[in-house]
Amino acid sequence: MIEIENVHKSFGDLDVIKGVSLTVNKGEVVSIIGGSGSGKSTLLMCINGLEVIQQGSIRVDGTEVHNKATDLNRLRQKIGIVFQQWNAFPHLTVLENVMLAPRKVLGQSRAEAEEVAVRQLTHVGLADKLKVFPGKLSGGQQQRMAIARALAMSPDYMLFDEATSALDPQLVGEVLDTMRMLAEDGMTMVLVTHEISFAREVSDRVAFFRNGLVHEIGTPEQVLVSPQYAETADFLKSVL
Amino acid sequence: MLTTSITSTDLLFLLQGAWTTILLTLWAMLLGTAGGVICGLLRATLPRATLPLAWVLDAFRSVPLLIQFVLFNSLKSIAGLDWSAFSVACAVLGVYAAAYCTEIVRSGVLAVSPNVRRAGRSLGLNYWQDLRYIVMPMATRIAFPGWLNLTLSVMKDTALVMWIGIVELLRASQIIVTRIQEPLLVLCIAGLIYYFISLVVARLGNQLEKRWQEND
Ligand SMILES: Nc1ncnc2c1ncn2[C@@H]1O[C@H](COP(=O)(O)OP(=O)(O)OP(=O)(O)O)[C@@H](O)[C@H]1O
Ligand SMILES: [Mg+2]
Repeated sequence: MIEIENVHKSFGDLDVIKGVSLTVNKGEVVSIIGGSGSGKSTLLMCINGLEVIQQGSIRVDGTEVHNKATDLNRLRQKIGIVFQQWNAFPHLTVLENVMLAPRKVLGQSRAEAEEVAVRQLTHVGLADKLKVFPGKLSGGQQQRMAIARALAMSPDYMLFDEATSALDPQLVGEVLDTMRMLAEDGMTMVLVTHEISFAREVSDRVAFFRNGLVHEIGTPEQVLVSPQYAETADFLKSVL
Repeated sequence: MLTTSITSTDLLFLLQGAWTTILLTLWAMLLGTAGGVICGLLRATLPRATLPLAWVLDAFRSVPLLIQFVLFNSLKSIAGLDWSAFSVACAVLGVYAAAYCTEIVRSGVLAVSPNVRRAGRSLGLNYWQDLRYIVMPMATRIAFPGWLNLTLSVMKDTALVMWIGIVELLRASQIIVTRIQEPLLVLCIAGLIYYFISLVVARLGNQLEKRWQEND
Protein backbone atom coordinates (compact mmCIF):
# COMPACT_ATOMS: atom_id res chain seq x y z
CA MET A 1 0.00 0.00 0.00
CA ILE A 2 1.23 3.49 -0.85
CA GLU A 3 0.02 6.15 1.60
CA ILE A 4 0.64 9.74 0.57
CA GLU A 5 -0.34 12.21 3.26
CA ASN A 6 -0.44 15.95 2.91
CA VAL A 7 2.76 16.09 0.84
CA HIS A 8 4.33 19.45 0.04
CA LYS A 9 7.20 19.77 -2.38
CA SER A 10 8.91 22.83 -3.77
CA PHE A 11 11.88 23.56 -5.99
CA GLY A 12 13.36 26.67 -4.40
CA ASP A 13 10.58 29.24 -4.39
CA LEU A 14 8.36 27.24 -6.71
CA ASP A 15 5.69 25.26 -4.85
CA VAL A 16 4.96 22.29 -7.03
CA ILE A 17 2.97 20.00 -4.74
CA LYS A 18 0.83 21.76 -2.18
CA GLY A 19 -0.66 19.16 0.08
CA VAL A 20 -1.47 15.99 -1.81
CA SER A 21 -3.02 12.99 -0.08
CA LEU A 22 -3.61 9.77 -1.94
CA THR A 23 -3.74 6.10 -1.01
CA VAL A 24 -3.03 3.32 -3.47
CA ASN A 25 -4.13 -0.07 -2.26
CA LYS A 26 -2.54 -3.39 -3.09
CA GLY A 27 -3.63 -4.53 -6.55
CA GLU A 28 -5.13 -1.20 -7.41
CA VAL A 29 -4.47 0.80 -10.58
CA VAL A 30 -4.62 4.55 -10.04
CA SER A 31 -4.23 6.95 -12.94
CA ILE A 32 -3.17 10.54 -12.54
CA ILE A 33 -4.18 13.04 -15.18
CA GLY A 34 -3.69 16.77 -15.27
CA GLY A 35 -2.14 19.65 -17.15
CA SER A 36 1.53 20.21 -17.80
CA GLY A 37 3.41 21.42 -14.74
CA SER A 38 0.75 20.31 -12.27
CA GLY A 39 3.32 18.18 -10.42
CA LYS A 40 2.46 14.67 -11.60
CA SER A 41 6.00 13.56 -12.45
CA THR A 42 7.32 15.18 -9.32
CA LEU A 43 4.91 13.20 -7.16
CA LEU A 44 6.05 9.90 -8.72
CA MET A 45 9.68 10.76 -8.01
CA CYS A 46 8.78 11.55 -4.42
CA ILE A 47 7.20 8.12 -4.02
CA ASN A 48 10.50 6.30 -4.52
CA GLY A 49 12.65 8.98 -2.95
CA LEU A 50 14.26 10.34 -6.12
CA GLU A 51 13.04 13.75 -4.95
CA VAL A 52 12.85 14.94 -1.36
CA ILE A 53 9.68 16.44 0.13
CA GLN A 54 9.36 19.42 2.43
CA GLN A 55 6.29 18.39 4.40
CA GLY A 56 3.96 15.45 4.90
CA SER A 57 4.75 11.79 4.60
CA ILE A 58 4.83 8.96 2.10
CA ARG A 59 4.71 5.38 3.32
CA VAL A 60 5.19 2.31 1.16
CA ASP A 61 4.10 -0.88 2.92
CA GLY A 62 4.40 1.06 6.15
CA THR A 63 7.99 2.20 5.48
CA GLU A 64 8.46 5.93 5.70
CA VAL A 65 10.16 6.90 2.41
CA HIS A 66 11.42 10.29 3.53
CA ASN A 67 13.10 9.23 6.69
CA LYS A 68 16.87 9.34 7.02
CA ALA A 69 16.90 5.85 8.51
CA THR A 70 15.18 4.31 5.49
CA ASP A 71 17.37 2.34 3.12
CA LEU A 72 16.17 3.88 -0.13
CA ASN A 73 18.15 1.54 -2.36
CA ARG A 74 16.34 -1.31 -0.73
CA LEU A 75 12.95 0.34 -0.92
CA ARG A 76 13.42 1.10 -4.61
CA GLN A 77 13.84 -2.59 -5.34
CA LYS A 78 10.13 -3.04 -4.88
CA ILE A 79 9.05 0.11 -6.73
CA GLY A 80 9.63 -0.02 -10.46
CA ILE A 81 9.40 3.24 -12.38
CA VAL A 82 9.21 3.84 -16.11
CA PHE A 83 9.87 7.33 -17.39
CA GLN A 84 8.62 9.25 -20.36
CA GLN A 85 12.10 9.18 -21.86
CA TRP A 86 12.98 5.49 -21.76
CA ASN A 87 16.52 6.11 -20.47
CA ALA A 88 18.21 2.99 -21.75
CA PHE A 89 21.80 2.34 -20.67
CA PRO A 90 23.29 2.85 -24.13
CA HIS A 91 26.54 0.99 -23.48
CA LEU A 92 24.78 -2.27 -22.56
CA THR A 93 22.84 -4.70 -24.73
CA VAL A 94 19.12 -5.11 -24.17
CA LEU A 95 19.76 -8.25 -22.14
CA GLU A 96 22.48 -6.55 -20.09
CA ASN A 97 20.25 -3.54 -19.47
CA VAL A 98 17.72 -5.82 -17.86
CA MET A 99 20.28 -7.98 -16.02
CA LEU A 100 22.30 -5.16 -14.45
CA ALA A 101 20.19 -4.37 -11.41
CA PRO A 102 19.19 -7.95 -10.55
CA ARG A 103 22.87 -8.90 -10.57
CA LYS A 104 24.34 -5.90 -8.79
CA VAL A 105 21.48 -5.02 -6.46
CA LEU A 106 19.87 -8.38 -5.75
CA GLY A 107 23.12 -10.30 -6.10
CA GLN A 108 21.71 -12.84 -8.52
CA SER A 109 24.08 -15.10 -10.43
CA ARG A 110 24.54 -14.49 -14.13
CA ALA A 111 22.45 -17.54 -14.98
CA GLU A 112 19.64 -16.57 -12.63
CA ALA A 113 19.54 -12.98 -13.84
CA GLU A 114 19.67 -14.06 -17.45
CA GLU A 115 16.77 -16.43 -17.01
CA VAL A 116 14.63 -13.71 -15.43
CA ALA A 117 15.69 -11.15 -18.03
CA VAL A 118 14.90 -13.43 -20.96
CA ARG A 119 11.52 -14.22 -19.45
CA GLN A 120 10.67 -10.54 -18.96
CA LEU A 121 11.92 -9.53 -22.38
CA THR A 122 9.94 -12.33 -23.99
CA HIS A 123 6.91 -11.15 -22.06
CA VAL A 124 7.20 -7.67 -23.61
CA GLY A 125 7.90 -9.10 -27.07
CA LEU A 126 11.64 -8.45 -27.32
CA ALA A 127 12.89 -12.04 -27.32
CA ASP A 128 14.64 -11.50 -30.65
CA LYS A 129 16.50 -8.36 -29.51
CA LEU A 130 18.50 -9.70 -26.57
CA LYS A 131 21.96 -9.03 -28.02
CA VAL A 132 21.05 -5.74 -29.67
CA PHE A 133 22.13 -2.37 -28.30
CA PRO A 134 19.33 0.04 -27.36
CA GLY A 135 20.44 2.58 -29.95
CA LYS A 136 19.22 0.16 -32.61
CA LEU A 137 15.70 -0.12 -31.17
CA SER A 138 12.61 1.92 -31.95
CA GLY A 139 11.17 4.14 -29.24
CA GLY A 140 8.42 1.67 -28.49
CA GLN A 141 10.90 -1.17 -28.21
CA GLN A 142 13.14 0.86 -25.90
CA GLN A 143 10.17 1.69 -23.74
CA ARG A 144 9.16 -1.97 -23.53
CA MET A 145 12.75 -2.78 -22.61
CA ALA A 146 12.55 -0.19 -19.83
CA ILE A 147 9.41 -1.91 -18.57
CA ALA A 148 11.10 -5.31 -18.64
CA ARG A 149 14.10 -3.80 -16.85
CA ALA A 150 11.88 -2.57 -14.04
CA LEU A 151 9.93 -5.83 -13.88
CA ALA A 152 13.10 -7.92 -13.64
CA MET A 153 13.48 -6.63 -10.09
CA SER A 154 10.12 -8.27 -9.27
CA PRO A 155 8.70 -5.02 -7.91
CA ASP A 156 5.46 -4.91 -5.93
CA TYR A 157 4.61 -1.52 -7.42
CA MET A 158 5.01 0.00 -10.85
CA LEU A 159 4.95 3.72 -11.51
CA PHE A 160 4.56 4.90 -15.10
CA ASP A 161 5.27 8.50 -16.00
CA GLU A 162 3.69 9.22 -19.37
CA ALA A 163 5.25 6.07 -20.70
CA THR A 164 3.79 6.60 -24.16
CA SER A 165 3.88 10.34 -24.70
CA ALA A 166 7.30 10.45 -26.35
CA LEU A 167 6.33 7.75 -28.83
CA ASP A 168 5.11 7.92 -32.39
CA PRO A 169 1.37 7.24 -32.48
CA GLN A 170 1.77 3.87 -34.16
CA LEU A 171 4.07 2.70 -31.35
CA VAL A 172 1.80 3.74 -28.50
CA GLY A 173 -0.39 0.65 -28.82
CA GLU A 174 2.37 -1.88 -28.18
CA VAL A 175 3.41 -0.16 -24.95
CA LEU A 176 -0.17 0.22 -23.76
CA ASP A 177 -0.70 -3.50 -24.43
CA THR A 178 2.24 -4.27 -22.18
CA MET A 179 0.82 -2.08 -19.44
CA ARG A 180 -2.63 -3.59 -19.85
CA MET A 181 -1.11 -7.03 -19.42
CA LEU A 182 0.44 -5.91 -16.13
CA ALA A 183 -2.82 -4.48 -14.87
CA GLU A 184 -4.56 -7.76 -15.66
CA ASP A 185 -1.86 -9.64 -13.74
CA GLY A 186 -2.87 -7.66 -10.68
CA MET A 187 0.17 -5.37 -10.43
CA THR A 188 -0.31 -2.33 -8.21
CA MET A 189 0.24 0.63 -10.49
CA VAL A 190 0.26 4.38 -10.57
CA LEU A 191 -0.03 5.74 -14.10
CA VAL A 192 0.56 9.30 -15.09
CA THR A 193 -1.02 9.43 -18.50
CA HIS A 194 -2.62 11.51 -21.19
CA GLU A 195 -4.29 8.46 -22.72
CA ILE A 196 -7.75 9.10 -21.31
CA SER A 197 -9.46 6.10 -22.87
CA PHE A 198 -6.69 3.82 -21.66
CA ALA A 199 -6.97 5.28 -18.15
CA ARG A 200 -10.68 4.69 -18.23
CA GLU A 201 -10.21 1.09 -19.30
CA VAL A 202 -7.55 -0.07 -16.81
CA SER A 203 -7.89 2.20 -13.77
CA ASP A 204 -9.72 1.49 -10.56
CA ARG A 205 -9.51 5.17 -9.71
CA VAL A 206 -8.50 8.33 -11.51
CA ALA A 207 -7.08 11.45 -9.91
CA PHE A 208 -7.16 14.81 -11.64
CA PHE A 209 -4.19 17.02 -10.64
CA ARG A 210 -4.39 20.77 -10.78
CA ASN A 211 -1.94 23.32 -9.39
CA GLY A 212 -0.19 20.79 -7.18
CA LEU A 213 -3.37 19.42 -5.64
CA VAL A 214 -5.69 16.49 -6.22
CA HIS A 215 -8.60 18.43 -7.64
CA GLU A 216 -10.91 15.50 -8.16
CA ILE A 217 -10.62 11.78 -7.54
CA GLY A 218 -12.95 8.84 -8.05
CA THR A 219 -13.79 5.95 -10.32
CA PRO A 220 -13.05 6.38 -14.02
CA GLU A 221 -16.75 6.91 -14.65
CA GLN A 222 -17.03 9.61 -11.99
CA VAL A 223 -13.97 11.57 -13.05
CA LEU A 224 -13.73 10.95 -16.77
CA VAL A 225 -17.36 10.63 -17.80
CA SER A 226 -19.30 12.82 -15.43
CA PRO A 227 -16.81 15.03 -13.63
CA GLN A 228 -18.00 17.05 -10.68
CA TYR A 229 -15.89 20.12 -11.33
CA ALA A 230 -15.77 22.45 -14.28
CA GLU A 231 -11.92 22.42 -14.27
CA THR A 232 -11.90 18.65 -14.73
CA ALA A 233 -14.36 18.87 -17.58
CA ASP A 234 -12.32 21.64 -19.22
CA PHE A 235 -9.16 19.60 -18.97
CA LEU A 236 -10.83 16.55 -20.45
CA LYS A 237 -12.13 18.64 -23.31
CA SER A 238 -8.63 19.96 -23.97
CA VAL A 239 -7.02 16.53 -24.26
CA LEU A 240 -9.73 14.67 -26.12
CA MET B 1 74.45 13.50 -53.98
CA LEU B 2 72.82 10.50 -52.28
CA THR B 3 75.75 9.74 -50.05
CA THR B 4 75.21 10.15 -46.36
CA SER B 5 77.38 9.63 -43.35
CA ILE B 6 74.52 8.41 -41.17
CA THR B 7 75.38 4.97 -39.79
CA SER B 8 73.34 2.10 -38.46
CA THR B 9 74.64 2.99 -35.00
CA ASP B 10 73.04 6.41 -35.43
CA LEU B 11 69.75 4.84 -36.40
CA LEU B 12 69.91 2.59 -33.37
CA PHE B 13 70.62 5.66 -31.27
CA LEU B 14 67.50 7.32 -32.69
CA LEU B 15 65.41 4.25 -31.94
CA GLN B 16 66.69 4.26 -28.37
CA GLY B 17 65.61 7.87 -28.14
CA ALA B 18 62.21 6.90 -29.52
CA TRP B 19 61.91 4.20 -26.88
CA THR B 20 62.57 6.81 -24.18
CA THR B 21 59.87 8.99 -25.74
CA ILE B 22 57.44 6.08 -25.64
CA LEU B 23 58.30 5.23 -22.04
CA LEU B 24 57.90 8.86 -20.96
CA THR B 25 54.54 9.08 -22.71
CA LEU B 26 53.36 5.83 -21.14
CA TRP B 27 54.31 6.89 -17.63
CA ALA B 28 52.97 10.39 -18.05
CA MET B 29 49.63 9.11 -19.33
CA LEU B 30 49.46 6.43 -16.65
CA LEU B 31 49.98 8.98 -13.88
CA GLY B 32 47.95 11.60 -15.70
CA THR B 33 44.98 9.33 -16.29
CA ALA B 34 44.94 8.03 -12.73
CA GLY B 35 45.18 11.56 -11.34
CA GLY B 36 42.75 12.91 -13.93
CA VAL B 37 40.09 10.31 -13.18
CA ILE B 38 40.26 10.97 -9.45
CA CYS B 39 40.37 14.76 -9.73
CA GLY B 40 37.83 14.80 -12.58
CA LEU B 41 35.31 12.75 -10.61
CA LEU B 42 35.82 15.00 -7.60
CA ARG B 43 35.39 18.11 -9.73
CA ALA B 44 32.22 16.75 -11.29
CA THR B 45 30.59 15.61 -8.06
CA LEU B 46 31.72 18.38 -5.68
CA PRO B 47 32.22 21.43 -7.90
CA ARG B 48 32.18 23.94 -5.05
CA ALA B 49 34.34 22.14 -2.53
CA THR B 50 37.00 21.33 -5.12
CA LEU B 51 37.35 24.85 -6.50
CA PRO B 52 40.85 25.24 -5.00
CA LEU B 53 41.86 22.05 -6.77
CA ALA B 54 40.69 23.62 -10.01
CA TRP B 55 42.91 26.65 -9.41
CA VAL B 56 45.96 24.48 -8.77
CA LEU B 57 45.32 22.43 -11.90
CA ASP B 58 44.77 25.63 -13.88
CA ALA B 59 48.26 26.71 -12.88
CA PHE B 60 49.73 23.46 -14.16
CA ARG B 61 47.88 23.87 -17.43
CA SER B 62 48.87 27.47 -18.01
CA VAL B 63 52.55 27.57 -17.01
CA PRO B 64 54.70 26.39 -19.94
CA LEU B 65 55.95 22.88 -19.43
CA LEU B 66 59.56 23.96 -19.89
CA ILE B 67 59.33 26.24 -16.87
CA GLN B 68 57.73 23.45 -14.86
CA PHE B 69 60.61 21.11 -15.70
CA VAL B 70 63.27 23.58 -14.71
CA LEU B 71 61.44 24.70 -11.57
CA PHE B 72 60.77 21.19 -10.39
CA ASN B 73 64.35 20.20 -11.11
CA SER B 74 65.74 23.02 -8.94
CA LEU B 75 63.11 22.36 -6.28
CA LYS B 76 64.22 18.77 -6.23
CA SER B 77 67.80 19.79 -5.45
CA ILE B 78 66.65 22.20 -2.75
CA ALA B 79 64.39 19.59 -1.14
CA GLY B 80 67.22 17.08 -1.36
CA LEU B 81 65.17 14.54 -3.26
CA ASP B 82 67.28 11.87 -4.85
CA TRP B 83 65.24 11.45 -8.02
CA SER B 84 66.65 10.54 -11.39
CA ALA B 85 66.03 12.96 -14.26
CA PHE B 86 63.70 10.35 -15.72
CA SER B 87 61.55 10.27 -12.56
CA VAL B 88 61.41 14.05 -12.52
CA ALA B 89 60.33 14.03 -16.16
CA CYS B 90 57.60 11.46 -15.48
CA ALA B 91 56.35 13.36 -12.45
CA VAL B 92 56.15 16.73 -14.20
CA LEU B 93 54.62 15.31 -17.36
CA GLY B 94 52.25 13.22 -15.25
CA VAL B 95 50.96 16.20 -13.31
CA TYR B 96 50.67 18.22 -16.50
CA ALA B 97 48.68 15.43 -18.16
CA ALA B 98 46.56 15.00 -15.03
CA ALA B 99 45.63 18.68 -15.12
CA TYR B 100 44.31 18.31 -18.67
CA CYS B 101 42.82 14.88 -18.06
CA THR B 102 40.83 16.24 -15.11
CA GLU B 103 38.93 18.56 -17.41
CA ILE B 104 38.36 15.79 -19.94
CA VAL B 105 36.99 13.44 -17.27
CA ARG B 106 34.93 16.16 -15.62
CA SER B 107 33.13 17.13 -18.80
CA GLY B 108 32.67 13.47 -19.71
CA VAL B 109 30.98 12.74 -16.38
CA LEU B 110 28.80 15.84 -16.63
CA ALA B 111 27.73 14.82 -20.13
CA VAL B 112 26.10 11.64 -18.82
CA SER B 113 22.37 12.31 -18.87
CA PRO B 114 20.96 12.83 -15.36
CA ASN B 115 17.83 11.03 -16.50
CA VAL B 116 19.79 7.89 -17.26
CA ARG B 117 21.47 8.08 -13.86
CA ARG B 118 18.08 8.56 -12.29
CA ALA B 119 16.81 5.44 -14.06
CA GLY B 120 19.75 3.53 -12.62
CA ARG B 121 19.12 4.79 -9.10
CA SER B 122 15.42 3.99 -9.44
CA LEU B 123 16.35 0.33 -9.93
CA GLY B 124 18.07 0.33 -6.55
CA LEU B 125 21.67 0.85 -7.67
CA ASN B 126 23.50 2.80 -4.96
CA TYR B 127 25.68 5.84 -5.62
CA TRP B 128 28.84 3.83 -6.24
CA GLN B 129 27.15 1.22 -8.41
CA ASP B 130 25.67 4.02 -10.50
CA LEU B 131 29.14 5.51 -10.85
CA ARG B 132 30.79 2.20 -11.64
CA TYR B 133 28.28 0.61 -14.02
CA ILE B 134 26.61 3.58 -15.66
CA VAL B 135 28.53 6.84 -15.33
CA MET B 136 32.06 5.52 -15.86
CA PRO B 137 31.38 3.46 -19.00
CA MET B 138 29.30 6.21 -20.56
CA ALA B 139 31.74 8.98 -19.62
CA THR B 140 34.66 6.92 -20.94
CA ARG B 141 33.10 6.78 -24.38
CA ILE B 142 32.42 10.50 -24.33
CA ALA B 143 35.85 11.48 -23.01
CA PHE B 144 37.93 9.08 -25.07
CA PRO B 145 38.62 11.25 -28.16
CA GLY B 146 39.82 14.07 -25.91
CA TRP B 147 42.00 11.66 -23.99
CA LEU B 148 43.51 10.34 -27.21
CA ASN B 149 44.36 13.88 -28.29
CA LEU B 150 46.00 14.47 -24.94
CA THR B 151 48.13 11.35 -25.38
CA LEU B 152 49.39 12.55 -28.74
CA SER B 153 50.13 16.02 -27.49
CA VAL B 154 51.92 14.70 -24.40
CA MET B 155 54.03 12.53 -26.65
CA LYS B 156 55.22 15.61 -28.52
CA ASP B 157 55.71 17.53 -25.28
CA THR B 158 58.07 14.85 -24.00
CA ALA B 159 60.67 16.48 -26.27
CA LEU B 160 61.03 19.20 -23.65
CA VAL B 161 62.66 16.81 -21.18
CA MET B 162 65.94 17.31 -23.03
CA TRP B 163 66.29 20.46 -20.94
CA ILE B 164 66.84 18.39 -17.85
CA GLY B 165 69.33 16.15 -19.57
CA ILE B 166 67.33 13.23 -20.90
CA VAL B 167 68.06 11.96 -24.36
CA GLU B 168 64.78 11.20 -26.06
CA LEU B 169 64.00 11.11 -29.74
CA LEU B 170 64.40 14.82 -30.54
CA ARG B 171 67.54 15.23 -28.45
CA ALA B 172 69.00 12.11 -30.03
CA SER B 173 68.48 13.52 -33.49
CA GLN B 174 70.05 16.83 -32.48
CA ILE B 175 73.15 15.02 -31.26
CA ILE B 176 73.46 13.22 -34.58
CA VAL B 177 72.84 16.40 -36.55
CA THR B 178 75.63 18.15 -34.69
CA ARG B 179 78.01 15.39 -35.62
CA ILE B 180 77.15 14.61 -39.24
CA GLN B 181 75.67 18.00 -40.27
CA GLU B 182 72.75 16.58 -42.19
CA PRO B 183 69.80 18.17 -40.39
CA LEU B 184 67.25 17.63 -43.12
CA LEU B 185 67.72 13.88 -43.33
CA VAL B 186 68.00 13.28 -39.62
CA LEU B 187 65.03 15.41 -38.69
CA CYS B 188 62.98 13.75 -41.42
CA ILE B 189 63.76 10.37 -39.94
CA ALA B 190 62.91 11.61 -36.44
CA GLY B 191 59.69 13.13 -37.74
CA LEU B 192 58.77 9.87 -39.41
CA ILE B 193 59.30 8.00 -36.16
CA TYR B 194 57.03 10.46 -34.30
CA TYR B 195 54.49 10.11 -37.05
CA PHE B 196 54.65 6.35 -36.88
CA ILE B 197 54.12 6.27 -33.10
CA SER B 198 51.17 8.66 -33.41
CA LEU B 199 49.73 6.58 -36.19
CA VAL B 200 49.78 3.44 -34.07
CA VAL B 201 48.18 5.23 -31.11
CA ALA B 202 45.52 6.83 -33.28
CA ARG B 203 44.74 3.56 -35.04
CA LEU B 204 44.31 1.68 -31.80
CA GLY B 205 42.09 4.46 -30.52
CA ASN B 206 39.97 4.54 -33.65
CA GLN B 207 39.42 0.82 -33.49
CA LEU B 208 38.16 1.12 -29.94
CA GLU B 209 35.90 4.01 -30.90
CA LYS B 210 34.53 2.14 -33.87
CA ARG B 211 33.67 -0.82 -31.68
CA TRP B 212 31.74 1.55 -29.39
CA GLN B 213 30.05 3.33 -32.24
CA GLU B 214 28.64 0.12 -33.65
CA ASN B 215 26.50 0.04 -30.54
CA ASP B 216 24.89 3.39 -31.03
N1 LIG C 1 14.35 19.56 -10.92
C1 LIG C 1 13.54 20.64 -10.98
N2 LIG C 1 13.99 21.85 -10.61
C2 LIG C 1 13.18 22.92 -10.65
N3 LIG C 1 11.90 22.89 -11.04
C3 LIG C 1 11.40 21.71 -11.41
C4 LIG C 1 12.18 20.52 -11.39
N4 LIG C 1 11.42 19.49 -11.81
C5 LIG C 1 10.20 20.02 -12.07
N5 LIG C 1 10.19 21.33 -11.83
C6 LIG C 1 9.02 22.22 -11.98
O1 LIG C 1 7.96 21.69 -11.21
C7 LIG C 1 6.73 21.84 -11.87
C8 LIG C 1 6.03 20.51 -11.96
O2 LIG C 1 6.76 19.67 -12.80
P1 LIG C 1 6.31 18.19 -13.15
O3 LIG C 1 7.35 17.64 -14.05
O4 LIG C 1 6.02 17.45 -11.92
O5 LIG C 1 4.95 18.46 -13.95
P2 LIG C 1 4.06 17.42 -14.69
O6 LIG C 1 2.72 17.49 -14.06
O7 LIG C 1 4.71 16.10 -14.74
O8 LIG C 1 3.97 18.05 -16.13
P3 LIG C 1 4.07 17.34 -17.57
O9 LIG C 1 2.69 16.85 -17.89
O10 LIG C 1 4.48 18.44 -18.48
O11 LIG C 1 5.07 16.24 -17.47
C9 LIG C 1 7.04 22.47 -13.21
O12 LIG C 1 6.75 23.85 -13.11
C10 LIG C 1 8.51 22.27 -13.39
O13 LIG C 1 9.07 23.35 -14.10
MG1 LIG D 1 5.70 14.96 -16.25
